Amino acid sequence: MKKKGQTGEGELPLPISSKAKNRTFSRLQGRLAPYAFLAPALIVVTLFFFIPLVMVFILSFTNLDMTNFGILEWWRPANWSLDNYVKIFTNRFFPKILGNTLIYVALTLAFFNVGMALVIALITTHINRQAGFAFRALWLLPRITPVVVYIMMWKALSGPAPMGIINNFLGVLGIGRGEYLLNTHPWVFVILVNGFIGASFGMILFSSAIEAIPKDYTTASKVDGATTWQTIRYVILPMIKWPLLFVTTYQTLSLLTSFEQIMLLTDGGPRLYQTEVWALTAYHRALTSYFGNTQWGYGSAWAVALVVIGIIMAIIYLRVFKFGELVEEPKIDRL
Amino acid sequence: MTLRQKLRPALAYLALIVPSALILLGFLWLFITSFSTRTEGLRSLGWTWRNWSFLWESPFGPHYPSIWWVTLNTLVMSLIMTLIVVAVSSMTAYALSRMKFAGRKSFLSLTLILHAFPSVTLLIPIYFVLLWVSKIPVIGRGVPLLGGLGYNTIGGVALVMVAFQLPFGIWVMKGFFDNISWDMERSALIDGASRFKVWWQIMMPNIKPGIAALSIFSFITAWNAYLIPLTFTAGRAGKSAVLSLYLQNFISESVMTEWNAVAAVGLFQLIPVVIFFLFTQQALLNIYGGGKKGGV
Repeated sequence: MKKKGQTGEGELPLPISSKAKNRTFSRLQGRLAPYAFLAPALIVVTLFFFIPLVMVFILSFTNLDMTNFGILEWWRPANWSLDNYVKIFTNRFFPKILGNTLIYVALTLAFFNVGMALVIALITTHINRQAGFAFRALWLLPRITPVVVYIMMWKALSGPAPMGIINNFLGVLGIGRGEYLLNTHPWVFVILVNGFIGASFGMILFSSAIEAIPKDYTTASKVDGATTWQTIRYVILPMIKWPLLFVTTYQTLSLLTSFEQIMLLTDGGPRLYQTEVWALTAYHRALTSYFGNTQWGYGSAWAVALVVIGIIMAIIYLRVFKFGELVEEPKIDRL
Repeated sequence: MTLRQKLRPALAYLALIVPSALILLGFLWLFITSFSTRTEGLRSLGWTWRNWSFLWESPFGPHYPSIWWVTLNTLVMSLIMTLIVVAVSSMTAYALSRMKFAGRKSFLSLTLILHAFPSVTLLIPIYFVLLWVSKIPVIGRGVPLLGGLGYNTIGGVALVMVAFQLPFGIWVMKGFFDNISWDMERSALIDGASRFKVWWQIMMPNIKPGIAALSIFSFITAWNAYLIPLTFTAGRAGKSAVLSLYLQNFISESVMTEWNAVAAVGLFQLIPVVIFFLFTQQALLNIYGGGKKGGV
């Protein structure tokens, strides 16, 4: 689309023959070029983000559900109200769901998405190279496994004796009574299941970042007599600051909005709302007929509230992590 | 060397092996189960091939699509999605990395914030959008192989997934572009090349590792996708069914879930990915294109 007639780019020092008209034209082209590059992304983002976003906001103020679909004119302001939001905050289970979400995000992030990821990255970059690659490949498996299959595996792992694999091992050690572990310790498994998938993201980023650190630095610290811990704390961690910050940010938001695994694993159970997180609530209200009715409006309100939380967190992160540096203007643009 | 120093590598291995064992056990179970009539833990109570019969006869009757048609669907969807994601994110990332323009900063923040939107939030309105696209002639429906770009088509599902994958893709690609020195591009521009030409002929060949990494990542994401195909195709055994949904058939539609059969289908979906992954993992691990700061 922009292949032809673009030889006079930007403020190029054109040959003497170039005319003023030509220059204006090419300057205009230079102005427009970025938008030509952005156009495809903008189209997709508009169709599947902006339009739906506006719609979901509107829907959250209505009581659109299966029974009045096609009857209720949800786009008319006359039908809008704040009832859904009042309903959320006065919900008896609201504190429970909020607490669940915080526990889920904080623990999974700390133990796996950042913690375990960092541990794996540190170890695999310091052991035998081949072994390191093998371990990293192994840890990527949960991410590339189809989610239905993956959850099935965990159900087999946590199953009651004699079927459950973990119970078989615990039985040998004489621990536990062979109960269905998913029922007795649902939170442990919710965090494990999500953590094993989440850890690989940070692991990839951290290990490449660690490998990119010039060997001289770690050697120098060893020569100076630093212990392994000191080398990690004062040499490696500061050098991988950006990936660390990025993974923390990105994964907080990912976890906040993820629910697929929990849905397939416990579906918020086993006891009432025991592992129900915010995103799952939104899905349950809007897209499953749990109470015999899919409440699109009410579900949208849950979702919009979650979006607001997500944006607030994103903004806090951007401030704390000096997002300005991350998006700084290219120093190079024109010749 | 003291005992302590000798112990350290052993401890490091141990710290890795214990959690890794859980993953291995799970996959071992999957493998054993798919060839067994029943299992107790990792012990098979009888071996059989019957679980794999879905390969030559449809377990839901002849009017349902065969596993091979479903596999073709999944493949087409994954390839389309990968192609679009890589093309669009590298174009966008090039502009974000190399050009100054109004709205640049907000666009970048936006891509990060877009990620904060729960996919569940947008599922309901996207459903309406897809229905609307369906009404557009030709593009909406009736493209061979893809079905089209509307509701209940492979193309439509692929497009929705592109939208969800774009923020990540753009950041990954931006990291790679940021790392390439300006000199090459500059000399090409001085020689009179257009921005588009520079992007396509100078920059793209230089970020091949990034393209490879993002392609592999997108392909695997699409191959495994469950929620989006579930929501935007009608009927799990329909014309546009993909493997994840086919798998779900086994779980929800029979009275008693035959876990052994599910394990076999699961393994069938998993094996190509694992093989693909084993060959490409070096390239995939490049997904962090680098630089000391920013990036990804």
